[in-house]
Amino acid sequence: MKRPFEFIIEKLVLISGLASIIFVVLIFVFLLKEGLSLFGQENLWGFLFGQNWYPISDPPQFGILPLILGSFLVTLGAIIIAVPLGLASAIYVAEVAPSGIRDVLKTGIELLAAIPSIVLGFIGIVTLAPFLKNVFHLSSGLTALAGSIMLAFMAMPTIVSIIEDSIVSVPKSYKEGSLALGATRWQTIYRVILPAASSGILAAIMLGIGRVVGETMAVLMITGNAAVMPTSFLQPVRTLTATVAAEMGEAVAGSGHYYALFAIGIVLFVISFAINLLADWFLHRGKKKRKKR
Amino acid sequence: MQNSKLKIIETNKLNLFYGAFHALIDVNLQVKPRMITGLIGPSGCGKSTLLRVFNRMNDLIDGVKISGSVKFENKEILSDAIDLITLRKRIGMVFQRPNPFPLTIFENVAYGLRIHGEGSRLVLDEAVQKSLTAVLLWDELKDKLSLSALELSLEQQQRLCIARLLAVTPDLLLMDEPCSSLDPLATMRIEELMNELKKEYTIIIVTHNMQQAARVSQECGFMLLGELVEFGDTKQIFTAPRDKRTDDYITGRYG
Ligand SMILES: Nc1ncnc2c1ncn2[C@@H]1O[C@H](COP(=O)(O)OP(=O)(O)OP(=O)(O)O)[C@@H](O)[C@H]1O
Ligand SMILES: [Mg+2]
Repeated sequence: MKRPFEFIIEKLVLISGLASIIFVVLIFVFLLKEGLSLFGQENLWGFLFGQNWYPISDPPQFGILPLILGSFLVTLGAIIIAVPLGLASAIYVAEVAPSGIRDVLKTGIELLAAIPSIVLGFIGIVTLAPFLKNVFHLSSGLTALAGSIMLAFMAMPTIVSIIEDSIVSVPKSYKEGSLALGATRWQTIYRVILPAASSGILAAIMLGIGRVVGETMAVLMITGNAAVMPTSFLQPVRTLTATVAAEMGEAVAGSGHYYALFAIGIVLFVISFAINLLADWFLHRGKKKRKKR
Repeated sequence: MQNSKLKIIETNKLNLFYGAFHALIDVNLQVKPRMITGLIGPSGCGKSTLLRVFNRMNDLIDGVKISGSVKFENKEILSDAIDLITLRKRIGMVFQRPNPFPLTIFENVAYGLRIHGEGSRLVLDEAVQKSLTAVLLWDELKDKLSLSALELSLEQQQRLCIARLLAVTPDLLLMDEPCSSLDPLATMRIEELMNELKKEYTIIIVTHNMQQAARVSQECGFMLLGELVEFGDTKQIFTAPRDKRTDDYITGRYG
């Protein structure tokens, strides 16, 4: 016979656990229902690969290719900046820095993660955008590149901390074995530690991409917001997320525009899901490899 | 022992502190070349610490203080002027748990040569074959060189770790309980290998296992609480120890 108090606690915990699953399912069903309604008036091909996003002209055009490419360009740029920087700082924090500096750096990285994206966004507008404008002689600094740089800052904390974790969890015996053979610290890092940590590094990159693709406010503010086919980093672009954020307020419920924004939501969901799955797979693979020892 | 050719390692008043903890106390030891020197003693007496002095691996630990003198082939190795990379190339170490790198078998053996700047595939191929042959792995593994070293059995891994050292042609091999994660049969085969290797290399082996020390070593030291209590001919240590504490240990009256 269980005591009533324990019974209540147990059920409460169970309900809370179920609640999260129920919410996910509800959100997903809602997203699907609204998003799929678009395909009464637009075919999937035209939606994904149409080059024109004119949701309120007559007739409306719902091609999201410029938005997909906008997201892709901004993400690519951010990753190109954030991964080498993140990798280098993770190596420094995990293997090189003396313990005093290490603590300061780790705190700094955590603080970077704590900056709200909107703050990064307006700092970007008032400092980064004018800077880019001057350097590249543009008519406006609000470009894909500006978005990439800001997003690189946002992705850095995730990337650094996951890579650092995976470097720290490389068995110490590898390092000892390498140093005992007369290898220098850099040879050891480059030839043994990084290969051993490679799954974690790949997972960190994936999660960094996930963070960047899903980011909204900063890109909305800083990428210049032009839903045209992007051709260069120095051009204004618009991402999937920024489109939804900017237009949801004015879209008439039940209109094609409204459904199209939900359909963009589905696309984002699929992308995030795939990225998380990949990251998980890399992390898992790393663990399995290590267990074999 | 006037002839300095007769010792490859010589320590004089060697003391080591981990912070405030006195881990090696006035150790005076002479190791002769081309034979196997055993180090025995109860857990925590400082065997590994002493071994790690010889290739300066204690440098990796914060708060270690060393005083006294340690000479390798008559050169002081505690001095800051010593080139650690060359020293560690000449003094290889085998660890308690086999620790092959998570690379292919080939790359494990080639590792030492690569880090010391050897890039020629021909040289590497030859060195890998020679080293694996020396540890009696070549016939077993010659068709599997691109397999991950982590796929091997523990005994094979330990042999591979020895081969990895031989590839850089060291003079002295330090072995810290090299058989403690192996079964008796594998242990026996590693001991046979050591007997083969002592024709060309000097070996210092730390072991918990007194039978092993008695079987493989020609000279042997007994350590207790940081002191080298007794050092001498292995037969003499095991049959007629001079120190009461050695006697107590080898007759099993210590833990
Ligand atoms: N990094 C360290 N910091 C502080 N003390 C240490 C450190 N490493 C070893 N010691 C201490 O020094 C002493 C000698 O350690 P060592 O590992 O050399 O012993 P050992 O004879 O090899 O023992 P075992 O047979 O268990 O391997 C032990 O008391 C140990 O607690
Ligand atoms: Mg030990």
